[in-house]
Amino acid sequence: MAAAAHRIAPGGAPRVLILGATSPIARALALEYARGGAALYLAARDTAEAARIAQDLAVRTGAAAQAGPFEASDSAAHPELIRRAAAALGGLDGVAVCFGALGDEPTAHHDAAAALKIITDNYTGAVSILTLAADHLEAQRSGFIIVIGSVAGERGRPRNYIYGSAKGALALFTQGLRARFARTPIHVMTVILGTVDTRMTWGREGAFLTVAPERAATMIHKAWRRRAEVVYVPFFWRFIMGVIKAIPERFFKQLKF
Amino acid sequence: MAENGQRSARMAAVADDRRVAAPLKRAPLSGWGRYPRCLTDIYRPEKFAELAELITADPHQLVARGAGRAYGDAALNAPGRVIDVTRFNRMLAFDDATGLLRCEAGVTLGDIIDTFRPRGFFPVVTPGTRFITVGGAIAADVHGKNHHRDSSIAAHLASVDVMLASGEIRRCSSGENAGLFHATAGGMGLTGVIVEAELKLRRIATAWIESETVRAANIDHAIEIFDRSDRLYDYSVGWIDCASAASALGRSVINFGNFATLDQLDGKRRAAPLSLKPRRSLSVPIDFPGFALGPFTVTAFNELYFRTHRDTPRALIDCERFFYPLDSIRDWNRVYGASGFVQYQCAWPMAESRAGLVETLEAIARSRRASFLAVVKKFGAQDGLLSFPMPGYTLSLDFPMRPGLRPFLDQLDAMVLQRGGRLYLAKDARMSPAMFHAGYPRLAEWRAVKAAVDPNNHFSSSLSRRLEMVPV
Repeated sequence: MAAAAHRIAPGGAPRVLILGATSPIARALALEYARGGAALYLAARDTAEAARIAQDLAVRTGAAAQAGPFEASDSAAHPELIRRAAAALGGLDGVAVCFGALGDEPTAHHDAAAALKIITDNYTGAVSILTLAADHLEAQRSGFIIVIGSVAGERGRPRNYIYGSAKGALALFTQGLRARFARTPIHVMTVILGTVDTRMTWGREGAFLTVAPERAATMIHKAWRRRAEVVYVPFFWRFIMGVIKAIPERFFKQLKF
Repeated sequence: MAENGQRSARMAAVADDRRVAAPLKRAPLSGWGRYPRCLTDIYRPEKFAELAELITADPHQLVARGAGRAYGDAALNAPGRVIDVTRFNRMLAFDDATGLLRCEAGVTLGDIIDTFRPRGFFPVVTPGTRFITVGGAIAADVHGKNHHRDSSIAAHLASVDVMLASGEIRRCSSGENAGLFHATAGGMGLTGVIVEAELKLRRIATAWIESETVRAANIDHAIEIFDRSDRLYDYSVGWIDCASAASALGRSVINFGNFATLDQLDGKRRAAPLSLKPRRSLSVPIDFPGFALGPFTVTAFNELYFRTHRDTPRALIDCERFFYPLDSIRDWNRVYGASGFVQYQCAWPMAESRAGLVETLEAIARSRRASFLAVVKKFGAQDGLLSFPMPGYTLSLDFPMRPGLRPFLDQLDAMVLQRGGRLYLAKDARMSPAMFHAGYPRLAEWRAVKAAVDPNNHFSSSLSRRLEMVPV
């Protein structure tokens, strides 16, 4: 059904490029697609890890999965990546942006280069690859884009406002892309992710309501199947962020969290 | 001055930590028996580069931890640090023709079973829970109900990859780096971090076990039944009524089984011989109060268990229920209350087994510390330097942690030792170094390998220090 809804041809199994494929959520999402018969191209900075994940998908599901290098900040290499993924999979139906890094936020507060690195790793790198991917899908008038954002992008906080600003900008960019494709069959989905049990939250104080990456990926895949446009994962973050966004600024800025 | 010294030591520790990018989590940690428990700094790397970095850069003593299903302190490391390897759970290659699976150490047996049982494969060796990791299974060199036939898991490994203290990954097997292999299988994670293994799976035609249940009136009858029927079955295990005494001492319910062939299934099951309905699982939401498993309830349970089991010559049971009766109750360890429990598993050489079983069961009956679950099994041949099984009988007991338990278990130790027996490291939380040293005669050989691959004793655990596994 999902394949039909996404007008994927031939055979109904999507060919998906996963960017930042070594993150636990990306891996779990790739497994969801692999179980549905998809062919996958796993792009990541650490290609040895991506190759292991590709092997895992193949052993578990029999899916065709390949791995290749991807560096968000190296935008000159991005056109070649899109070409290589499309060639390896025999076409490209979907692109999932799963990369991102908290970076060294405390340093970045006083070091412009460190701040800009966080912006590149989370935002401008995504803009670069998504611009190319969007044109690819537009040319074939089909396909989908999934962008994984963060609740940190919904309101600025002292702990992670640089990372948050990048994720917020990414959500706006994705929103614009969705509007650009409103009269096409192309599906653009923004995922606003809460705290997930990964390296990012491991040992971090105040990391509450964390979900396993596998659960998060299942929810993302379900949302994709029903062609959701903006989805909070898990759903209850919609209410939490609703409350947080409603707090007047002069109170909010006093809060310590 | 002393304060200054302490402070600079602390500063040094902080500086060392800075070299390791991987985040640490500080949390209370225990084994499955929930005793002992200690606050521990835990890494959980997600990439190999991260693992190699922290192993080489963190000066603390380290030990890897899988699913945390060892009962005692094998995967605890109080002043040192623990590396949770559960994120290394990728399957890397599978060969249909040979049944060889190459996978990372954090893959669980359950994961393997869910992936390969529908394709007609099953792990050759599995202990009584599927929630363990491959790495943990190798480190403890686990055994299952088929030990009398197939030995322990080490006998079914084509190779093991160990990340040594240097960060180097070394492959070993019974044919290549054999010393490292025999020190790693059963070596409790102390030669290095087990990162990958090539594990043999056996072919199965169905997901069902054809089982036979036989009641034994006493211990001699039980031994006779094992002797008679072990030849006919791949799998065998007995449950002993610990509350029994006198002429009924050791009365038991013994269970045998083989994977069923296709023609042993009825029509409906034969249509989909490898599929099983997903099991419903219950969980234990609270710690039971201490009296819940007191002598009265345990005696009553044992009586009931014995009475409700009849001699059953032939029955089909799904393999999940056969191998993992307790897995359907998540967190079953909570029934022993917040203070936890101790598993006591000993083995005797064949010639001493009957006498060992009798005197242990008598001591338990005298002490009125009936064990809720007492499991008996006849072992076969065994390799390895620190592997637990030996040809003979093994008895596995659990006791809630109560005052007076330790002296009582020390008495059992003395009896086991006197008969040339030993205790299982994966279950132990309390034996003395002397008991360990006497029970494992190949310790010197193991220490030689350990000294060669880890001269600075970088890999160390609460268990290894308690038992003085490395000379102090």
